Amino acid sequence: MTTQTAQAKALEPLIYELSSSGRKAETLMPKLDVPESAPLPAHLLRDSLELPEVSELDVVRHFVRLSQLNYAIDKGFYPLGSCTMKYNPKIGEDTARLPGFANLHPLQAPETAQGALALMYTLQQWLCEISGMKGCSLQPAAGAQGELAGILMIRAYHQERGDTRRTKILVPDSAHGTNPATSAMAGYTVVTLPSDARGGVDLDALRAAADETVAGMMITVPSTLGVFDENIQEIIKIVHNRGGLMYMDGANMNALLGVVKPGELGFDVMHFNLHKTFSTPHGGGGPGSGPVTVNEKLLPYLPGPIVAIVEEATDSEGAPRYGFVMPEKSIGRLKAFHGNFGMLVRAYTYIALHGAEGLKAISHHAVLNANYVRVRLADAYKVPYNRMCGHEVVIEGRFPDAPDIRALDISKRLMDYGFHPPTNYFPLIVHEALLIEPTESESKETLDRFIEAMHAIAREAREAPELLRSAPHTTPVSRVDEVYAARNLTLCCRLPSAE
Amino acid sequence: MAKWKTPADCRYTKTDEWARMEGAEAVIGITDYAQDALSDIVYIEPPTVGARLKAGERFSTVESTKAAADLNMPLSGEIIAFNSALSDAPEKINADPFGEGWIIRVKPSDLTELEALMDAEAYAKYCEERG
Ligand SMILES: Cc1ncc(COP(=O)(O)O)c(C=O)c1O
Repeated sequence: MTTQTAQAKALEPLIYELSSSGRKAETLMPKLDVPESAPLPAHLLRDSLELPEVSELDVVRHFVRLSQLNYAIDKGFYPLGSCTMKYNPKIGEDTARLPGFANLHPLQAPETAQGALALMYTLQQWLCEISGMKGCSLQPAAGAQGELAGILMIRAYHQERGDTRRTKILVPDSAHGTNPATSAMAGYTVVTLPSDARGGVDLDALRAAADETVAGMMITVPSTLGVFDENIQEIIKIVHNRGGLMYMDGANMNALLGVVKPGELGFDVMHFNLHKTFSTPHGGGGPGSGPVTVNEKLLPYLPGPIVAIVEEATDSEGAPRYGFVMPEKSIGRLKAFHGNFGMLVRAYTYIALHGAEGLKAISHHAVLNANYVRVRLADAYKVPYNRMCGHEVVIEGRFPDAPDIRALDISKRLMDYGFHPPTNYFPLIVHEALLIEPTESESKETLDRFIEAMHAIAREAREAPELLRSAPHTTPVSRVDEVYAARNLTLCCRLPSAE
Repeated sequence: MAKWKTPADCRYTKTDEWARMEGAEAVIGITDYAQDALSDIVYIEPPTVGARLKAGERFSTVESTKAAADLNMPLSGEIIAFNSALSDAPEKINADPFGEGWIIRVKPSDLTELEALMDAEAYAKYCEERG
């Protein structure tokens, strides 16, 4: 047993270890008042269920204690770059729990769920408005699935035209990792484009690569370096001139709300990460929601079903009738039922709460906060692309005069100061990258405390490097041996009696 | 002393692989710079022995606790052996990238390709530039 496992067990045992054989409550079942039917056949009966035998109080305490060991946005600052860990307003939890939404069954007749359909329809319209696009599907269950939908639409578009020479997708090296993965999954060859010294796409490399075999380009805006490519219109023109389509990874829309409409820039298709930009909770990696919006070219191919008005209101007082429709040449369904509906309610609530001006203010503040952090960290850390950034900033977690210290050590030490670490070692094109995304939620006071901690750590790196190398010291579990964990995989779930 | 080893008997790619001729065969691995940038390597995908690949084509992927990286052929040719000791001990690539950490042996199909690769001096400079 490693030290870490021992530590974890001392903090909170597994629920099976709390089990006491034979512990049970008085049954609350009413007395049987109907004739007893034949018991289940013997081969379907089990002697034991391998369930922990614990009281309700044991269960409550176990999970509350576990949750207290966890770190969450509701506990502290969470500058995890590329994840937009902003505050999730509690009103979203209230609306998602309204019985009219929470108790719906996805198979009930649309006539009996008009309120939910109206919400979905409105959200489709709002996302079109925000992105400057013509059509929207709320189907994708996460950003990466939205990307796949987008690339499959691009493929369907070319195939419909009999244009089968197009086998490549261009992807800058500053793209999110899901972009090349999506292109490969859709059957395309990925051509990686280098970045220039300012962090933008190298236009000469783009011109050389953009030929008639290119189906399209996927570009993350702002990129994973946190910078907005000033040549974006030129990039779009180069690809369009060769007949390729433009995909925008819009997961970083927190920098652009009310400021840039991708459809107006010329993008053909994009996705949103509602769980990032529109603040639906995703601390455990989900649930996600990755709607796609498209311009006229791709309208017929949207994944479905989408919500449409199937009958206009008969008078000015009345409501229209909403229904589900499958777009004419749809690439099909992406998942069962209708996206992650609870997330749609929360995102709708968030947009309604802020309105157009409020959304714009969100992006302004997110960008302001990131730039404040950038400027104030630049005297202690190398900022490789030290210019106006978007919603996040990347710095190097290394010092020429403290050669043993790596980004990981800085992150671990930050935990001692009570902060969640930034994203480590991403983007890949920056040495010892630390990607910091403060979001608009945080006050100047919080940002100042974080910046001071970062400065203190930079001093410690020179004066007491061991403090960093052995961090964290104040968390429930100390430094985890990541190399051991990655090399010695335990991929089975063992129930206690099987031991 | 330079930060990374760059043995003079190897030739180098821009994507940080090295190739060293041993008789008619080329031994191939990743450089000291590459292993340092990746940090602790935890897995290497066994390449297909017998595969014929062109220079620049991917022959394997390595994973570290930081990232995954594709390995590309420095030369065109047939893969004739894989250093299978790496499957159990990928850390050999970190410890000795030019020795025990070698990855594949290749029968090159065009030796003139060697000339297009960087020599030790040029590669050392290329590493310094990237920092
Ligand atoms: C820029 C970017 N693109 C795509 C994704 C993928 O989204 P998801 O994790 O919902 O699949 C993310 C995730 O954070 C992202 O930051």
